Amino acid sequence: MISLHLHGIGVIGPGFADWPACRDILLGHIAWNDQRLRIPPSTLLPATERRRCNESSRLAIAAAEQAFRGSDIRPADVATVFTSADGDGAITHKLCESFALAEPEVSPTQFHNSVHNAPAGYWSIATGSSRPSTTLAAGRDSFAAGLFEAALQAMAEPGPVLLVAFDLPLPHPLNLMQARDHGFAAALLLGRERHGDSLAGLQLVLESAAAPSPLPGVFATLADNPAARALPLLALLANGSQAMVNLGAIGADQLGVQCQP
Amino acid sequence: MHPLSISGIAIATAAGLGLEQTYAALRDRRSGLRPNDFESFPYPTWIGRVAALETSAITGPLADFDCRNNRMANLSLQQDGFQDAVARARDRHGARRIATLIGTSTSGIFETELAYQSGAGRDAALASRNYDRTHSLFSVSEFVRRALHLEGPAATVSNACASSAKVFAQAERLMAAGICDAAVVGGVDSLCLTTLHGFKSLELLSASPCRPWDAGRDGISIGEAGGFVLLEKTPAAHQPGLHRPGVAPNGVASSGVASGGVALLGYGESSDGYHMSSPHPEGAGAVLAMSGALARAGLQPQDVDYINLHGTATVANDRAEDAAVYTVFGEATPASSTKGWTGHALGAAGIVEAIVSVLCLARGFAPGTLNTRERDPALRCRMLLENEQQALRTVLSNSFGFGGNNCSLLFGRID
Repeated sequence: MISLHLHGIGVIGPGFADWPACRDILLGHIAWNDQRLRIPPSTLLPATERRRCNESSRLAIAAAEQAFRGSDIRPADVATVFTSADGDGAITHKLCESFALAEPEVSPTQFHNSVHNAPAGYWSIATGSSRPSTTLAAGRDSFAAGLFEAALQAMAEPGPVLLVAFDLPLPHPLNLMQARDHGFAAALLLGRERHGDSLAGLQLVLESAAAPSPLPGVFATLADNPAARALPLLALLANGSQAMVNLGAIGADQLGVQCQP
Repeated sequence: MHPLSISGIAIATAAGLGLEQTYAALRDRRSGLRPNDFESFPYPTWIGRVAALETSAITGPLADFDCRNNRMANLSLQQDGFQDAVARARDRHGARRIATLIGTSTSGIFETELAYQSGAGRDAALASRNYDRTHSLFSVSEFVRRALHLEGPAATVSNACASSAKVFAQAERLMAAGICDAAVVGGVDSLCLTTLHGFKSLELLSASPCRPWDAGRDGISIGEAGGFVLLEKTPAAHQPGLHRPGVAPNGVASSGVASGGVALLGYGESSDGYHMSSPHPEGAGAVLAMSGALARAGLQPQDVDYINLHGTATVANDRAEDAAVYTVFGEATPASSTKGWTGHALGAAGIVEAIVSVLCLARGFAPGTLNTRERDPALRCRMLLENEQQALRTVLSNSFGFGGNNCSLLFGRID
């Protein structure tokens, strides 16, 4: 079992732009109209990088920034784990379309935005961080893989670790291979030690369970987004529930998580 | 950190299939690079192409995974008795106690690129593809996990050209936390239009074989490769495949496989926080990665006998890495780049050069950089241009990637 403290939360999805809005929907205080994903502009990225930045990086960074709201933890001091099943399909599409032309035209910005760790790169530029950063992919279990790696890093090293999970719909025709309706990102600022007003304690265990917990009913239509596998955990936090939920496979096991207020 | 022993290895690059061919190519200074003959890429460049991939489809229960990148993984897995070494580890620890951590930058994107070139048949070609098992970044890890019958934690690390160095760090954390007893770490990347056109757009693709540290260096040569290392918590009894049977590392005949072995002693990870595709000019992040590896191993710079550089042969990368190596090691420690043999294997570069480092330790030699004619007088670290036979105790391997991502690994003999 791994015990962690949760210092901050960021969430962006269709029709909600931050954790308070997402929590209100989870608690049934407001209705959810599943709308277009709106990504709040970054306050940390320099203007030139903001212009070059691709959509998945904008999504991931916006969620990451929110996780530091109201905290005195400096982003530059925090190691990061980014996780995404599919990265940026829009860039993949533009590149593949270009290669099919008689004279392909690829821009340097398109190419560096195509790497899976582009959001992590922009984040370290925005925050001036030299702390380690790992970007993972584990298909539909990408959120669990990211949370597990962030927890192991928090155990191994002093100082907090930021987890950022993000996935976007793939554009046509890539959506013929992998269909998804909505984008979603979640960021969790985690640490081994309690820090100021930590939001909750998290206990992670590997459970021999067959399947992950279903998404909270109101958000059932986000089930095909791997980053939205954060929602069962977010629902526990919203409700102050101490139940156990399973977030995805870690090998033959499921990653189970429980919260203490 | 507690050293992790290396109890299995597999490698396949353009320079050779398996450790013996790789060692022979290094010893004889025979490059695996050839003039570009890949697909529709129209520009002059040299590539490290593993032509065997084109005739070695994946068949049997994992046939769904067939694509160039998983063929690269499959071909690599068949080298050096690796599958037998993993089977023995499975017997020792159980399949659930062994992780599968694989680095890649582009996974199976190549067949998607080809599908886009099918004109009116494009959408049908895409719709018929198995996304999870071919295109997806995770497909290569899932393929390797299934091929080796492992059930421990599995993930793909995709940190551009540092990907398959960082898997060693992840494996160490899993074992330190008591989650696993062993890990298969590796890297697989294969030729595709994304990386060829991408590096061309950055004007970082050389028209001739790459020449690290040369005064006239003008960019990289891209290669494809796969490699795997079996890391274990406890020292294994012997090291299959690392030593020539009956020949000790110093070249003197001995009665059997050399006792003792090679271990991961330390790792260091950092970010530059500087630029998406250019390194920090003084290599500040690289300094942190190398110092971190030394600190974790409890070693001093003078304890390192040889440095296998990232050494891509772009003007800016070599300059930044040279500055960083000089800052940490001064000008005494011999260093070289082996990209001239394999090309830059991108997401697989970390594992390929980790394995080359282990080979250098096991066989007692340091390769001199290939293709480099005139050392850049502005660069200061001690660059080897000829092979040197000498017993080595400790070797550092550097991997640096886009997004300003750095990882250094320290390997050493533990006999």
